[in-house]
Amino acid sequence: MVAQLLPEFERQHPGVHVRVQQLPWTAAHEKLLTAFVGDSTPDIAQLGNTWIPEFAELGAIAPLDARVAASPAVPREDYFPGIWESNFVDGTQFGVPWYVDTRVLFYRADLVRRAGCPDPPRTWARWEQCLAGVKRVAGAGNYAILLPLNEFAPLTALALQQDDPILADGGRRGNFRSPGFRRALSFYVSLFDQGLAPTATDTQISNVWDEFGKGYFSYYVSGPWNIGEFRRRLPPSLQQDWRTAPLPGPTGPGTSVAGGSSLVVFRASRHPEAAWQLVEYLSRIDVQERFRQLTGDLPPRRSAWDAPVLAADREAHAFREQLERVRPMPRVPEWEHIADEIQIVSSLAVHGRLSVEEAAAELDRRVDAMLEKRRWMLARRRSAP
Amino acid sequence: MKRLGSPLLVHLVLVLLAAFSLFPLLWMVSVSLMHAGEASAYPPPLLPASPTLENYRELFTRSGIARTLGNSLLLATAATLLSLLFNVGAGYAFARLPFPGRERIFRVLVLSLVIPGQVAMLPLFLLLKSMGLVNSYGGVLVPALASIFGIFLVREYARTIPEELLEAARIEGAGELRIFFSIVLPLLRPILVTLAVFTFLASWNDFMWPLIILTDQHLQTLPVALAGLSREHVQDNELMMAGAVLTVLPPLVLFLALQRYYLRGLLLGSIKG
Amino acid sequence: MSANARPLAGARLAAWILAGPALVVLAVFFAFPVVAAFALSLTDFDVYAIADLRNLRWVGLANYGALLSTPLFWTALGNTLYFVVVGVPLSIGLSLAAALALHSRLARWKAFFRTALFAPVVTTVVGVAVIWRYLLHTRYGWINYVLGTVGIDPIDWLGDPHWSMPSIIVFAVWKNFGYNMIILLAALQAIPDDLYEAARIDGASALQQLRHITLPSLGPVLLMVSILTLSGYFQLFAEPYVMTQGGPLQSTVSVLYLMFEQGFKWWNLGTASAVAFLLFAILLALTTSLLRLARGRGAS
Repeated sequence: MVAQLLPEFERQHPGVHVRVQQLPWTAAHEKLLTAFVGDSTPDIAQLGNTWIPEFAELGAIAPLDARVAASPAVPREDYFPGIWESNFVDGTQFGVPWYVDTRVLFYRADLVRRAGCPDPPRTWARWEQCLAGVKRVAGAGNYAILLPLNEFAPLTALALQQDDPILADGGRRGNFRSPGFRRALSFYVSLFDQGLAPTATDTQISNVWDEFGKGYFSYYVSGPWNIGEFRRRLPPSLQQDWRTAPLPGPTGPGTSVAGGSSLVVFRASRHPEAAWQLVEYLSRIDVQERFRQLTGDLPPRRSAWDAPVLAADREAHAFREQLERVRPMPRVPEWEHIADEIQIVSSLAVHGRLSVEEAAAELDRRVDAMLEKRRWMLARRRSAP
Repeated sequence: MKRLGSPLLVHLVLVLLAAFSLFPLLWMVSVSLMHAGEASAYPPPLLPASPTLENYRELFTRSGIARTLGNSLLLATAATLLSLLFNVGAGYAFARLPFPGRERIFRVLVLSLVIPGQVAMLPLFLLLKSMGLVNSYGGVLVPALASIFGIFLVREYARTIPEELLEAARIEGAGELRIFFSIVLPLLRPILVTLAVFTFLASWNDFMWPLIILTDQHLQTLPVALAGLSREHVQDNELMMAGAVLTVLPPLVLFLALQRYYLRGLLLGSIKG
Repeated sequence: MSANARPLAGARLAAWILAGPALVVLAVFFAFPVVAAFALSLTDFDVYAIADLRNLRWVGLANYGALLSTPLFWTALGNTLYFVVVGVPLSIGLSLAAALALHSRLARWKAFFRTALFAPVVTTVVGVAVIWRYLLHTRYGWINYVLGTVGIDPIDWLGDPHWSMPSIIVFAVWKNFGYNMIILLAALQAIPDDLYEAARIDGASALQQLRHITLPSLGPVLLMVSILTLSGYFQLFAEPYVMTQGGPLQSTVSVLYLMFEQGFKWWNLGTASAVAFLLFAILLALTTSLLRLARGRGAS
């Protein structure tokens, strides 16, 4: 899809030819790391913003502070603050936001209305009430909400809503036994315990959209790509019956994860100037709007959201509101691995193999072990002359 | 001589086993000809309502499978030719040419068959990186140039060449290499075919190593592409079946055509071992 | 120079020319990496070390110690053992049954059956795993449909931690029972007919012939086939990678899957190499003890 944006760029920059390579998202992280190890990185890449700390630590990507400061094409104030922040590692900027991703609530407006919950819940307590109501109305064999067990994002979003950070001590230790995370995990597990969510991964559900259409679940914590998918895959009769809303928080509207992808320039690039020009081009509001039309991915710049088509998109409003309330995930290189462990251990808790307390302790144990090398390296760096 | 009861029992066993073996493959072909979403129905359909080639068309136009197919073909063919080049001579040398340490080296080779290949994969990757072979056809081919199994196979077969034949040629003054090329090679032809079939199949079906060494999409082989496809397109079963057909069919066809050689090699390699 | 010495020297040269290239390739691309892997396993080589070699630490046997005290390693080992202990007898049993049926004088269309039963062996694991994943689908899969017709509720084959490994076992057995079948068939064909003649004259039933002639004659071949299958099954990787990604709840994480994840997903090469060598050590110990057991049995 990006390839369609490029002829214009190449026209404006004669002599520059851009070759695009697609990577399936699930393999992209491994592939890019392998490329780095194998010295075959591209010049510029779209990197998941949670991977930036890792690639920065490896010295694979170049700092962009100077370039951003000197460029009118990338104005800081126009970007959602939480998203912008996610590109910084230890005060240095390594990426320019390309598109944003966060989690909001998708729901079946018709079913939740019948359950007595016409307005989307803003607090956890109200949310639980609505879920219980929907479960009663939906009938036997159906559930209230889908929280796929192979996704770490929903639980992480709940954790980010707490006052306690996920990692402590500058990203040196796990902080999972904190009251905040325990509260989030407790709430998460209780939704399964109460039979409000099925203990399933999304591959087991196989066709999420069909099941949403059949009322197998009425709430779904998911991301922007599903706006387009729901429009494409749900039957026309249901198109008026689904909505989006920002996530509820413990005591009021909640924060969500500041996800998305950024544009990074690899240090090994032999054409850094041209690469940066491409970054500037792709940061233009009109280009971002065109990209959005091609892929459905949401732009990171506020003024891009004022474009008529997007401004009129009712389901996108929830994202607009949510994006003002997002927090980055811990910016340590080990984050991908930690996110994996959060997903694994929380699955164990959901399946009843571990209590919430045990799960929190287990996460702390595993993550502390994972971060040992980081602690050693940071200590060494501090003591180095 | 009566064995194991009645003909009915024997044929029942064979028919059940054949159905067990063939059903998934036949069904794979059937689903690949179905329309998108047709197979996700209950009860699951056995045959397509109206067979269509749209999945194949989509694979070739949108998913670039032609390139991937080409890669697999190219790599498998190259691996086969290279394997013949490296392993045949070695197999003969171990069978019929006396050189110091021959038996000891051979024993070490056979023993190392126990070592799982994956042990070497990580340092091999780093080694190839230093040679600049990561993400290239060379990176896929180079580690597989010589194969202990291939050498073993050729050796076993070469040992059946009568020594007198070689002696006669030596007495007439022929050099060892000439003996190899003009007398031995023609005699080895059946095992060459066997080795070629084995190598082609192994290379075509190889999954783990190309997955690791190839990062570029346009260099991928079919199994790797299919794995990627199946992780991305969890919903589009008909499309994936079409991909599976393309991946599975060539080895099957090759096997059907050259069964004799393949099975003979299998037996040579295993019973003697 | 005697008439023998010249051919000998010529032979040696020819041997190095013919075998040299292969041996060099094996030395450089196999032997050397294996030794290097062992060295790697004694360090904490990871992503940081790739970036800057000064981040490398020599840790001796700490990786091995850490692995042996990691629950996931034991889970992986347990899963692998589960796969081996159930899969090997199942696979060989099926191969034997198939070979016996094919060998029977009563069987017709042998060539067809032999080809049909062998076909899964030559297919690509990834290709057929995709098919089987669909056959095992909870709602739309054929297996649950057939079970449904006899009144059994649908089973979540790949999503239920109790059924995931059995599913993989059935898949693996389907894929390669044909291989051993061919070997056993050849071995059956090598048993001399007069043994059976004599038994028949003595009035032995088919079952008795099986027990007292067939199985003992197959002994050595069965043992060899078992050891090879055992060794192969210990290296379980492709099936979990394609079908279950090690899940659900890590019930299908095999030892090699663990190695792959540690090595190529997280780039903890030190840990991954330690996993590989632990597997190798276990395999070596197992196969040598099995061989010794067999040799002892055979001698008596």
